Amino acid sequence: MGRGDVLRRGAVFVSLAVLFLLAVVWNINTGSVDIPVREIWRIIFLRREIESGAVPADAAAFNIIWKLRLKRVLLSAVLGGALALSGFLLQTFFRNPIAGPFVLGISSGARMFLALVTIALGAYIPSLPVAVTVAAAFLGSMLSMLLVLAFSGRVRNMSMLLVIGIMISYICSAVTDFLINFAKEAEIVNLTHWSMGSFSGGSWRDVGVSALVVLPAALGVFLLAKPISAYALGEGYAQSLGLDVRRFRVVLIILSSVLSACVTAFAGPISFVGIAVPHILRVLLKSSKPILMIPASFLGGAVFCMVCDLIARTVLSPTELSVGTVTSALGAPVVIWLMVSRRREQSE
Amino acid sequence: MSEAYFETNGLTVGYGGRPLIRDISLSLKRGGIMTLIGPNGAGKSTILKTVTRRIPAISGDVLLGGQSLLRMRGRDLARKMAVVLTDRLRPELMTCFDVAAAGRYPYTGSFGLLSARDKSIVLDSLAQVNASNLAGADFNSVSDGERQLVLLARAIAQEPEIIVLDEPTSYLDIRHKIELLEVLRGMAKARGVTVLMSLHELDMASKVSDVMVCVGDGAVAASGPPEDVFSDELVRRLYHLERGSYSVALGSAELPRPEGQPRVFVLGGGGRGIPLYRGLQRAGVPFSAGILPENDLDLAVAGPLAAEVVTSPPFAPAGPREMEAARALISSSKAVIDAGAPAEHYPARDELLKYARTLGIPIIESLEHITEVLR
Repeated sequence: MGRGDVLRRGAVFVSLAVLFLLAVVWNINTGSVDIPVREIWRIIFLRREIESGAVPADAAAFNIIWKLRLKRVLLSAVLGGALALSGFLLQTFFRNPIAGPFVLGISSGARMFLALVTIALGAYIPSLPVAVTVAAAFLGSMLSMLLVLAFSGRVRNMSMLLVIGIMISYICSAVTDFLINFAKEAEIVNLTHWSMGSFSGGSWRDVGVSALVVLPAALGVFLLAKPISAYALGEGYAQSLGLDVRRFRVVLIILSSVLSACVTAFAGPISFVGIAVPHILRVLLKSSKPILMIPASFLGGAVFCMVCDLIARTVLSPTELSVGTVTSALGAPVVIWLMVSRRREQSE
Repeated sequence: MSEAYFETNGLTVGYGGRPLIRDISLSLKRGGIMTLIGPNGAGKSTILKTVTRRIPAISGDVLLGGQSLLRMRGRDLARKMAVVLTDRLRPELMTCFDVAAAGRYPYTGSFGLLSARDKSIVLDSLAQVNASNLAGADFNSVSDGERQLVLLARAIAQEPEIIVLDEPTSYLDIRHKIELLEVLRGMAKARGVTVLMSLHELDMASKVSDVMVCVGDGAVAASGPPEDVFSDELVRRLYHLERGSYSVALGSAELPRPEGQPRVFVLGGGGRGIPLYRGLQRAGVPFSAGILPENDLDLAVAGPLAAEVVTSPPFAPAGPREMEAARALISSSKAVIDAGAPAEHYPARDELLKYARTLGIPIIESLEHITEVLR
């Protein structure tokens, strides 16, 4: 590794950190009401004083920040990081750069279980505990993941894996649509929210729970950077290096499912973040080393989703786009670029 | 063989509990090279996969320096054994250095960061396979041969006592084949690294191995030093060569002999006839050849290809009986092909040419017009 590489990697991480801060501030600052940056700092760091009336502040701005924008930007940061990281794990696992929770049907599986649980339990419990929704999303993710795994053993081809994922995704959507026929109107609102993909509407509790799920999982992934790097040369070599491949596979599946399930439970399906972000970062870092890619993907996913959410909120203001629309519009071209450049590389 | 390092004791291997090869008992001393040869599907890879613990052994045991390999902890085994697999790799954005550095895995800390010592071992490993210049190159951009060398460097960087290679020379051109085997032999002799591998190239296997293991028909057909086990007959049996043949001396295979009565006679000797015999085989012309001393180079090819060969005892001029046999074959031929063997070593040549002329049989020196001559 030369000096140039060190500089390049340093530059990428510094830019990510700067972009992260900028995205947070920008997200809080911009909207139907623009709040000056100095006011933002005051409202965030002097919360107690303002609440107790010791320090004066604009009540509207205070409410917008604390009741809307801050939790929304935090939620999009945490879940965006989770998405990108989950994509990175799936790409490592399938040794396929276009694997991701959305295209493999894992998000759809989670949504199907969410619908199932909402409708089945909705009659008895008016609003489901967060733990139940997360658990349902997790089970759905695992189910889709296992289906993909069952078929992926038979296809070596990178695009075939994608086709299988999309088919599983369609099957899950069909089942979900079928289930929705049995749903009450109030539940349909919830389910539609999940099917659109949005960071709005989350409560502070949602932010807390998703952080509690995502951050430890992300830390776990980071601690696995070494075995993940051994996996880059394939299972045969990983096994010969002393890695317990079977156990490692299970851990990897669970971690990536937890991450993507959490996103689906709190924000619905958000497409292409998991593919686009790790890919762009690989190109920027000129490396696929997990020890670099794991923190970079998390930060990058957070930045990407915060920016996409900002676009979703503001571009047609006051109407809001779903954030999934924006991530698709920005992320899908990256996937096309990836597939085309791969094809060229293979035929050379 | 004194104090074996690598041993299998009554090892039975196979997939899904179904035995493919039973009761394998092999042993190899430290720094020895053992190659497995045998037809496709005979189970060479199955044996290697069992030894490297990719699949479980059905029964029996494998020992490394007296310790059971099958019961060793993964990390301990990784410090003793490194592998070069047939898997076609396309790692993303990894330089050749990165790939070789993967071999340091069993030695690095919990984050897998390379110490200065690790780095120098990796560079040294690349140097050992003459691939230092590739260190910074993208692994996916180098040739098949270079990739294989880098994978060998990866195995060397693992500082193993034994390296297991599954058909390491497939897809390589001749230069890289030689280079790879040379590196292996150097390592085995200079550093005492034991080598176990499967090879398709019989000739290479016989040159590089201390022990050759012939795997075929659900068993180890033979094993031992190449000079003891490797013979034309063994190759014929092992690969079920019913048509065509293999010469251990030349290390080359011949296609099946053209069937029928010999139509031309080849006056060969000293290797000069070899391209002619092969040319006639390609043209599908049955032929006879002579008079070749029993130790003549030509005989290795004329033997399996000619319908009939007149031979004479080594280091002696052809006797009257051989001359008579050769004349008989010439008289029934449509043409005589003269390979131009030097007269001082093949004194019968001039006499037989004269004989052909007296019979009015055309004499040609190349196969260029063979079809017109035979028409």
